[in-house]
Amino acid sequence: MTTAVESQYEYQGPYIGQYGGQFVPQILMPALQQLEEAFENSLIDQEFQSELTRLLNDYAGRPTPLTECSSFAKQNGVRVFLKREDLLHGGAHKTNQVLAQALLAKRMGKNRIIAETGAGQHGVATALACALLGLEATIYMGSKDIDRQAPNVFRMKLMGANVIAVDNGSGSLKDAINEALRDWAASYDATHYLLGTAAGPHPFPKMVKTYQKIIGEEAKQQMLEQIGQLPDAVVACVGGGSNAIGIFADFIKEKNVQLIGVEPAGKGLDSKEHGATLIKGTEGIIHGARTQTLQTEEGQIVESHSVSAGLDYPAVGPEHVHLMKTGRAQYVGISDDEALEAFQELSRTEGIIPALESSHALAYVKKLAEEATVPMNILLNLSGRGDKDLTMVMDELAQRGKS
Amino acid sequence: MRYQKMFETKKANNELAYIPFVLLGDPTFDHSFQIIEKLIESGADALELGFAFSDPVADGPVIQEASLRPLDNGFSLKDGFVLIQKVRKQYPDIPIGILTYANLVFAQGISHYYAMAQEAGVDSVLVADCPVQEASLFAEQAAAHNIDTVFIAPPDATDETLGQVAKHSQGYTYVLSRKGITGTEVSANQAKTDFLEKLRAFNSAPLVQGFGISTAEHVYQAAEAGVDGVITGSALVKIINQYYNEPQIMLDAIAQYAKTIATAAHQAHNLIREGLINVDSGNDQRTTVGHGATS
Repeated sequence: MTTAVESQYEYQGPYIGQYGGQFVPQILMPALQQLEEAFENSLIDQEFQSELTRLLNDYAGRPTPLTECSSFAKQNGVRVFLKREDLLHGGAHKTNQVLAQALLAKRMGKNRIIAETGAGQHGVATALACALLGLEATIYMGSKDIDRQAPNVFRMKLMGANVIAVDNGSGSLKDAINEALRDWAASYDATHYLLGTAAGPHPFPKMVKTYQKIIGEEAKQQMLEQIGQLPDAVVACVGGGSNAIGIFADFIKEKNVQLIGVEPAGKGLDSKEHGATLIKGTEGIIHGARTQTLQTEEGQIVESHSVSAGLDYPAVGPEHVHLMKTGRAQYVGISDDEALEAFQELSRTEGIIPALESSHALAYVKKLAEEATVPMNILLNLSGRGDKDLTMVMDELAQRGKS
Repeated sequence: MRYQKMFETKKANNELAYIPFVLLGDPTFDHSFQIIEKLIESGADALELGFAFSDPVADGPVIQEASLRPLDNGFSLKDGFVLIQKVRKQYPDIPIGILTYANLVFAQGISHYYAMAQEAGVDSVLVADCPVQEASLFAEQAAAHNIDTVFIAPPDATDETLGQVAKHSQGYTYVLSRKGITGTEVSANQAKTDFLEKLRAFNSAPLVQGFGISTAEHVYQAAEAGVDGVITGSALVKIINQYYNEPQIMLDAIAQYAKTIATAAHQAHNLIREGLINVDSGNDQRTTVGHGATS
């Protein structure tokens, strides 16, 4: 039995609250309907579930540890616990859902996978899953991103993926998504679109949540084991929102646990260069979903900005909009500078180099700790490791004259 | 009512309707108006006018490229409706459809958008990324402003979807020649007859075929399959992409192209009946009797 309050946070068909839906060309509806059916069936298929669990444990390295920070943000009685998705194979939480979707594609008899990627993390994750499962991978990537992310392009190619440069529009992540959707409109008979985040048309947001909620489920158990109680707050960065929904999911019903999503404030929330879709965006329909987006008054989608490529996306998963509008979760912004600072601080204090994405969550936790008036236990999703960001950070720090 | 009247006339004359698509404001307001004039003078029976969107997910490279022009020129939604109003003034009877994306409607406030469309003299709106399953978001305001809503019937849709499309699509039903996105890179297939029959059995509005139609041959195939009209989009826009810096050449090329397709649409049934053309549905070839026999 679920209570009314709980069911408020469940999907009703393609919608979560009034957000989500399937705003795609009619031609794509058969693909979405087929995917939804396969996804729902897989949930009750023991064989599928045990195969997925086996891959997650023996290949990807689940469960990931929960590490209490020795000194990071340790003040005013605040204790910070890091859920170590950075230790997952591939270096980020992305691997969880990529393995699941690739397995689902196989189950649907589709041998070709297409995916979009911004900085290349989701592309790399997709490439590794396809290599493992013997699937053909085609990755759409903005041409600007290809130039900036040569190592990731090489990683993808090394694992057998075909990388296609996207020049149209702004040549960035959103255009790579458009291009993948266009491919899928003609190819879905034998092709699965492996969308990388909790955005896009139904069933993607629900599916990605389902495959990422293992983060929060494990973390909840580990908190109980380590300190015998639930955290006071759960904090995660939000771009499209997959790592955040993954760690939030099992805590949504725990009303005493605060949920905090951290958006990229880029060069400032009042500047035009940020990716704070929830805080500064407006309601719109993009990439198949009714959600929030960064747009002009006329409804043209504008480019986002963040020092962290993984958060550089002008829309967001619809469930986060619902969590914000209902007041269940709170969303805050952290600037490029603050994130870079937290990136260095965690490296220095804990010997862990975090992803720039996760550094946004870390920076906010630092603020929380500074302002805390009562002791708090904070659970933070360390969604990825920072090795991929080293060149970027070196450049940014050099520009700021700090290196 | 303009659609109904137009299709009735076409039917009475045993003709297919020709509906060209171009983007509003491409390459400029004035040239866009002149392009539309040329299309109508060259035999267009209705117009499908697109609003440029930053993320045209249903469109292939040709229309994507063209979309950048109105966007870069700051051609606004309001400019688009002013342009439509100007066309409407000059051509009071031609059916005018809008092809747009959901966010452009949503961002205006749905009611306001349809009010603007009504005021400009628009007959129908097709939202490229709104499938019939999501029809309810816009349906009420469209109806309140007396605007028809057009839906798309894809070739491999389930009977349930075809039934829904037939039920909800007003003015006409846009039937797809093939899967995928707009563009001439992949040619039209002759529409599957059983799929058209199903739509008719569900009492669909007139069937208009689009996606990948660029030649007279495609039009003959469409006629043979039994549709009521054809849409060409990318083939026209390609001409604009090529010559937008040379307006006179562009306008002449557009007129010539539109005449070819309009003539094919208007004469297809007669040509087929008189045995002057054989439509080979198996591939993209047409044999013209008298010429084809020896080639």
